[in-house]
Amino acid sequence: MSADHTVNSVLPDEPEKATLEGKNKVLGFWLFLGGETILFGTLFATFIALRNQTNGGPTGHELFELPLTAAATVILLVSSMTSVMSVLAMHQHNLKKMQVWLTITAILGIAFLALEIYEFSHYVAEGHKMSSSAFGSAFYTLVGFHGGHVLFGVLWLITLQLQAIKKGLTVVTAPKFYVFSLYWHFVDLVWVFIFTVVYLMSIVGGKVG
Amino acid sequence: MSGHAHSHKRSGLWDWLTTVDHKKIGILYLIAGGFFFLIGGLEALLIRLQLIVPEADFVGAATFNELITMHGTTMIFLAVMPVIFALMNAIVPLQIGARDVAFPFVNALGFWLFFFGGVLLNTSWFLGGAPDAGWTSYTTLALKQYSGIGVDFYVLGLQIAGLGTLIGGINFLVTVINMRAPGMTFMRLPMFTWSAFVTSGLILFAFPAITVGLVLLMFERLFGANFFNPDAGGNVVIWEHIFWIFGHPEVYILILPAFGVISEVVSTFSKKRLFGYSSMVFATVMIGFLGFMVWAHHMFTTGLGPIANTLFGIATMLIAVPTGIKIFNWLFTMWGGQIRFTTANLFAVGFIPTFTIGGMTGVMLALPAADYQYHDSYFVVAHFHYVIVGGLVFGLFSGLYYWWPKMFGKMLNEKLGKWNFWTFFIGFHLTFFPQHFLGLMGMPRRVFTYLKNQDLDLGNFISSIGAIGMTIGTILFLANVVVAARSKKQAPADPWDARTLEWAIPSPAPEYNFAQTPLVRGLDALWVEKMAGNKGMTPAEPLGSIHMPSPSFLPFLMSIGLFIAGYGFIFEHHVFSVIGILIAFACMLMRSLKDDHGYHIEPDEIEEKGVKA
Repeated sequence: MSADHTVNSVLPDEPEKATLEGKNKVLGFWLFLGGETILFGTLFATFIALRNQTNGGPTGHELFELPLTAAATVILLVSSMTSVMSVLAMHQHNLKKMQVWLTITAILGIAFLALEIYEFSHYVAEGHKMSSSAFGSAFYTLVGFHGGHVLFGVLWLITLQLQAIKKGLTVVTAPKFYVFSLYWHFVDLVWVFIFTVVYLMSIVGGKVG
Repeated sequence: MSGHAHSHKRSGLWDWLTTVDHKKIGILYLIAGGFFFLIGGLEALLIRLQLIVPEADFVGAATFNELITMHGTTMIFLAVMPVIFALMNAIVPLQIGARDVAFPFVNALGFWLFFFGGVLLNTSWFLGGAPDAGWTSYTTLALKQYSGIGVDFYVLGLQIAGLGTLIGGINFLVTVINMRAPGMTFMRLPMFTWSAFVTSGLILFAFPAITVGLVLLMFERLFGANFFNPDAGGNVVIWEHIFWIFGHPEVYILILPAFGVISEVVSTFSKKRLFGYSSMVFATVMIGFLGFMVWAHHMFTTGLGPIANTLFGIATMLIAVPTGIKIFNWLFTMWGGQIRFTTANLFAVGFIPTFTIGGMTGVMLALPAADYQYHDSYFVVAHFHYVIVGGLVFGLFSGLYYWWPKMFGKMLNEKLGKWNFWTFFIGFHLTFFPQHFLGLMGMPRRVFTYLKNQDLDLGNFISSIGAIGMTIGTILFLANVVVAARSKKQAPADPWDARTLEWAIPSPAPEYNFAQTPLVRGLDALWVEKMAGNKGMTPAEPLGSIHMPSPSFLPFLMSIGLFIAGYGFIFEHHVFSVIGILIAFACMLMRSLKDDHGYHIEPDEIEEKGVKA
């Protein structure tokens, strides 16, 4: 508990790990992501078990369109890169640059969510609903959980931006920015699996059933 | 329990609602867990009264189903888990020479989430009926067509409580990894801390599975999803898999800390270092690892096929190897030792044969072919009560008698304690030993009555009488707590001539734990110093001002938010769901935006109390 929260004039090289609190936060967050892996793993397993149970409704092969999901994938992967840029800027102690990259990350996250909302409403119009089949339930739960994570990430990012404006870059705020980028990478990584398991396997995998 | 003067002095209820001190949170866990233990015990007593004679109608069949469901759920999630967390909170930071846990705020949040989740679940008795689909809540029985609103309480209550447990687990993992005193290497960690560490790892990887399971069941019941409804393409076996992928590691989450307690107690009261310490560590990690590989042994009769059954059967039998290592190590620790049969040690010594019986029936159940005979019979009921009561609850009693002075600064009465042990021990075996035979003679579990003259009368009668013995034991424990609380005599710092770091500081531990962080020079850190002729631990730092985290009301408020949201979902008044979740998010926002600068305890304040590490 040696941490004195008053900010020194000189910020250390890796400000996120400069205090014991910071180290705890980073390690704790890695562990949390370990738990999240199990969470999504369970959702994936459920989806894979139920992906062909369409109950007479539309199948994944009929519903999914590659251009839309590919666009979502590109948007999210680019946002992963911009969040890396924000951490690099943080390591250069460049607050302005970090804020810019974080803002771009947030905008990309919102764009992704907009696409997802459009996509879901489109599916519902085609009769693919949470209650229409086991496939529908598993699809909306898995993809929706991921979308919920993106939404939470965007909201979190907004509060971090407020702190960046109010408090600047200190050994207290640095771990928060760093941990956010871990979270954002994780959410992107989950999307890579969703893109593969949910979309590609249905589109390229051909006939279902 | 301690009233040290410092700059953030709060008193009474407000202090307890806002505390982030791990020792006070430990006490809160103990009180809440103890309360739920009494409720679960009462439910057990009612179950046994209903079964005391054939064809009784003391409680009806419907109430009986609610009782067995709530007894299992309450005991596992709301009674023994929190008491384990009570001991972990009270002792782990002290054993590693830390001033605090890694995340004091998260620790408090974990407690309040568990507490409000438990309260939510238990209010179901008054709000439309308790859950009645069994503690495993198998679908399709747990679907809306077959089960009432009680199952919604089960889903939401466990979800909230489970979140608390998950973050509590992360807190202890980081605490053990990052907060150890200088010289406290991993292979010098006391066994209890090791077991708490492995248990926390299991929590981290097992609880997210039940989180998903509960979400699926909630969506199914409240939002018309079709995961488990075969009519719309759903699959009931998915619930079984998800439940047991969580549920089996959960069994080891429960038993490992008991193993840890027994290791500490047996070693202290034999005046010997633990026999085969490194093999104990290995066995603990091994059990934790294998715990994830065996979930389908709960599903031998589901029809997964002979290959799956064989593999899961063999993996299950493998666990007997590290468990056997542990049992022999305890015996060899006692071998040639100067054994003192204090109450703590009686419970520990009573644990060993009792748990061994439970382990043996476990190996019997691990044989798929034989399991078809035992499955869903009282044999299984006997088996898991032997490991959970005869194992875990004995371990918890042992730990409570052992660490009570460190937690509360008072000794529990030894004479009452011995009565407590013998009534509970004899009552336990009377209750559950006959159940093995009831099961083999064909009595299925979860039936609310049975016919007379089918050779089931005597066994059930004895079993119910035994339950009274356990009740007397529990009442004696409560009496002992009252006697201890009223006694004027303060407990000494090291009443048992013990070996580990927590006994190097006063009883009860001061709020900063160690005035100076100790330097650890070997396994059984305090014993090493005793043998070297030193009065206490060598400090690793000069006396200085100690930084402490500020108390906070937010964990309580945040849990209230989710508590309200829980009711919103159960009664489908989603205005309340939204309000509750907004309260929780608002608390998160406040926590995030407002830095906690904490406060300092100055050296003169420490020296005033005459505390020297």
